Amino acid sequence: MADLFSKFDPLIQQREALLETGLTDPFNLVMERVESPTVAICNGKRTILLGTYNYMGMTFDPDVVAAGKQALDDFGSGTTGSRVLNGTYAGHKVCEEALKDFYAMDHAMVFSTGYQANLGLISTIAGKDDYIILDVDSHASIYDGCALGNAQIVPFRHNDIEALDKRLKRLPPEAGKLVVLEGVYSMLGDVAPLKEMVAVSKAAGAMVLVDEAHSMGFIGEHGRGVAEAQGVIGDVDFIIGTFSKSVGTVGGFCVSNHPKFEILRLVCRPYVFTASLPPSVVATAATSIRKLMDSADKRAHLWENSKRLHAGLRQLGFALGTDAPQSAIIAVIMPDLETGAAMWEALLNEGLYVNLARPPATPAGMTLLRCSLCALHSEEQVGEILGMFAAAGRATGCIS
Amino acid sequence: MPDRQEIYAKTVEMIEPFNKKGVAITEATRFAQDLEWDSLTVLDFVANIEDEFDVIITMNMQAEIETVGQLVDALQRLIAARG
Repeated sequence: MADLFSKFDPLIQQREALLETGLTDPFNLVMERVESPTVAICNGKRTILLGTYNYMGMTFDPDVVAAGKQALDDFGSGTTGSRVLNGTYAGHKVCEEALKDFYAMDHAMVFSTGYQANLGLISTIAGKDDYIILDVDSHASIYDGCALGNAQIVPFRHNDIEALDKRLKRLPPEAGKLVVLEGVYSMLGDVAPLKEMVAVSKAAGAMVLVDEAHSMGFIGEHGRGVAEAQGVIGDVDFIIGTFSKSVGTVGGFCVSNHPKFEILRLVCRPYVFTASLPPSVVATAATSIRKLMDSADKRAHLWENSKRLHAGLRQLGFALGTDAPQSAIIAVIMPDLETGAAMWEALLNEGLYVNLARPPATPAGMTLLRCSLCALHSEEQVGEILGMFAAAGRATGCIS
Repeated sequence: MPDRQEIYAKTVEMIEPFNKKGVAITEATRFAQDLEWDSLTVLDFVANIEDEFDVIITMNMQAEIETVGQLVDALQRLIAARG
């Protein structure tokens, strides 16, 4: 019998080799208690969280938590059904109304995760003779959406406006085209030139989908994302987002002004053939989304945190993913996986959690220590974080 | 329109900067097994080829192309279709 698991042997060996050196497994950490959006207990130790995507710190907001408890009491623990059968409760509609108000758009559709929102939209709207033109550094959920559908897939170089334009011009003018972009690319924390990219896409007659997972609540005057900040949100056909970052729970969505948008509820398989979100989750999401509308002060503080961490890490001598802070993600570039894992462990021992990111999730085979800031990180905490990076960096020889 | 020999010669020339193993290129050379290219190298190389010949090689097409000869055949078809 051929063992179907043989294909995983190289990865199993790489993991074993890394763990044999005595390092803590960076992909097996347990949060034993969570005290706040910025602090948890890991291995019995108080740990500052700097890798959670909890950008706006909504997970312990008293109004959000109360809404979830109330929904548990009123509607029970789960819907046990699809959105199109028994799984649409009042709370799902309230949540979609909150999204329509947040984005000032006509339609909103809530999925069970952000991954499924991308999977659903991309695989459903682009058919066999249509083209999907996407940035090569797109998130796995975008590539998986392409793989689930059967459109023709055309990648272009990361954030390269000319590469996108050239490819659009080579495609048949009459063919259906969907350009898929992200506002913030989560590995390096860099922002897309959406103003130019949306313009060349529209000029070529393409529809545009922008994943704003890492910018919602934080970037743009109303927190609607990079498309808002760059003044092109009106030309974006579909915005994909998630509840598992700034909103502080789990779930995904798409908002749009397309007049026929609602038909997707019947034809989008990752929407139809899965259970809807539990009532408590949509209640916390709706409450959080409404509070994010009036969070200008928190947005300003998060920018301050991002700028200070970026400048501080650079001063310490770390190589960073972007020359200037462009989002709430600061990526520290490690020379290789071994050094990255050692640095990750040294930071954990100091009392700091960051994400260790490695290929294939990262571009160009890079190993990254990815830091995502929270609006609730205090000035003192950012100071502590920089002190921990200095100590861990010297202990592991990453900086001198 | 370039003939097949010209397309082949240009393709071989464009493989060279990515030919880290110094493999002798023939029609039968396989990108994954012989050149040991990973997906990122493929993306870079395909982008260069697309710009050189002013064509699009979709990921769907790439999945069917294993060897240099197959790429040249595909390019010949794409260039002819472009007119």
